[in-house]
Amino acid sequence: MSVEASPYRAHVVRDRVLSAASLGVLLLFLWYADSHFSPYSIRILNVTAIFIILAVSYNLINGVTGQFSLEPNAFLALGAYTSAILTLTPAEKARTFIIEPMIWPLSDIAVSFPVSLVAAGLVTAFMAFLMAIPVFRVRGDYLAIVTLGLGEVIQVLANNLVPVTNGSLGLKGLHPYTNLWWAWGTCIFTVICIVRLVNSSYGRAMKAVREDETAAEAMGINAFWTKTLAFTLSGFFEGLAGGLLAHLITTISPSLFTFFFTFNLLIIIVVGGLGSTTGSVIAAVLFSLGGEWLRAVEEPFTIFGYTYSGVPGMRMVIFSVILILVMLFARQGLMGRNEFTWQGFFEWTRGLAAKIRRQE
Amino acid sequence: MNYEALVQHLMFGVTLGCLYGLVAIGYTMVYGVLRLINFAHGDLLMVSAYIAFFGIAMFHLPWPVSFAGSVVLTGLLGILIDRGAYKPLRTSPRISALITAIGLSFLLENLALVIIGGRPKSFPMPSPFDGVFVARGIHVPYLSLWVIGITGVLLVIVLLIVHRTRVGMAMRALSRDVETVRLMGVDADRVISFTFVLGSALAAAGGMMWCMKYPALEPFMGVIPGLKAFVAAVLGGIGNVAGAALGGLLLGLAEILIVAIKPEWSGYRDAIAFGVLIAILLTRPTGILGEELPE
Repeated sequence: MSVEASPYRAHVVRDRVLSAASLGVLLLFLWYADSHFSPYSIRILNVTAIFIILAVSYNLINGVTGQFSLEPNAFLALGAYTSAILTLTPAEKARTFIIEPMIWPLSDIAVSFPVSLVAAGLVTAFMAFLMAIPVFRVRGDYLAIVTLGLGEVIQVLANNLVPVTNGSLGLKGLHPYTNLWWAWGTCIFTVICIVRLVNSSYGRAMKAVREDETAAEAMGINAFWTKTLAFTLSGFFEGLAGGLLAHLITTISPSLFTFFFTFNLLIIIVVGGLGSTTGSVIAAVLFSLGGEWLRAVEEPFTIFGYTYSGVPGMRMVIFSVILILVMLFARQGLMGRNEFTWQGFFEWTRGLAAKIRRQE
Repeated sequence: MNYEALVQHLMFGVTLGCLYGLVAIGYTMVYGVLRLINFAHGDLLMVSAYIAFFGIAMFHLPWPVSFAGSVVLTGLLGILIDRGAYKPLRTSPRISALITAIGLSFLLENLALVIIGGRPKSFPMPSPFDGVFVARGIHVPYLSLWVIGITGVLLVIVLLIVHRTRVGMAMRALSRDVETVRLMGVDADRVISFTFVLGSALAAAGGMMWCMKYPALEPFMGVIPGLKAFVAAVLGGIGNVAGAALGGLLLGLAEILIVAIKPEWSGYRDAIAFGVLIAILLTRPTGILGEELPE
């Protein structure tokens, strides 16, 4: 296996211009969508951005660093609760916490949305750091089970720490701060950060750990810190996503953050190609649009005169079968471990054009 | 806490611990042989409970037939899972097998949800398991005696298989070095299949007793016991059969006793195992009976 060399130095300027131009096109599209799209479509766009953030950061620990982890639902919950608790005003908190009043310092704090987002990221990153220490001291194997357990424990805590989380009633009436600009702004920020990280020496260290931990250590890489760094950064961005999600759906409760979230993300990064950030982004977009569409299998519909009465859980059966089949027969996913580069894009279009010409 | 209450809680703790231990043995054997966390193992508990349930409630089989059928079918499902999903991935990176394992676990849960539905069913308790006798002010459900007795017998059988038979020797050898074992002319795949049958059958036994103790059958009932059983296996020393039983026992006792001493913590009961897992990873990752494995 080869750790990719930095791609095609010759076209740096051209690539930067092209990247900036596509970013501009994306922003123009968002600006148009903001004023012309229906609230439903805007919501899907927001969910797409959140899924991209989650997929790209989940791929950092699973795909790039190769440590199997099942944390997204836990970190999403942590980020969502942190951010929601911080943006509710003291008066709203007094109204919401009807079983037990909120404990003191939290009950009087109210900060702006961006500050709460950063706090959500930091709290989640700190939690990730705390989990990383016991797990990576031993071997990566236990990460999956520890993070799976963490997801359950966070639900237990959210249900039982009533003076902090309002228990099973959850937090209602959050302000819908999350709009296209916040969601996509955070999304673009996350993708840029992670792409730059993966292409840095830290990213190469992560890939080296993925391929062969012993060999990486022999080359002077501290595997423990490399894995801890990857996991903590994943946690930070997943916390941001949690904060965005909370202020998009405006009501959060412990039962919301089930393992389904994690499973969906696992499908996304596996189908996209484990280790490919580009693949994660593509699969996240496909999933957020296709996931809406797949909802149909759980609702009744009629096809060729045969009435299909929707079956709850069918979507998850289909997803698990897809996941297993991809792992068994198409482990490369859509992108393998390849990343999008402008050079690669041009070569691909040139190849495509040549093929068409040959057929004529 | 007075004497009677303490003995009462100890008994409940041991009963729960035996159930964790039975499931943990399967985890620990598969991990020992394949270095794979078989996430679908906890769901076998659910499958076995449903098979026994339908045997009794739908086909009106006598309970011993239904229970035996459940053990056999769950054992076969174990082989099927290994042959269908894990065997093709033996030589690929470990993360592939782990992802498949979690996919299988989710598939079993949601298939059960689609086929049977999410409404909890109550398990019909066969008469020999039903009832309580009172001795010196201590209430002893017959079920607890069954659980402790069956676990004891099964544990002895498994220990004999692992330490006194040729296939057991092959299992122990596989956990050291797969390649060398193959070179010695051992059919590794058969040994692995045997490991899966044995582990799945134990999970089936645990599953049926679990749902007599907590009689609500639902598709996701295996998740929490599965997680805790894995913690028990780590606590006892992963790869070690006796350790798994010991870890299960300790975890069961800890859960019951902590809640008995601090009833206001009962909401956090499911978090205790997690605390134990973190503590064991920090202090003694090889577990109580585990030996230092060569990396």
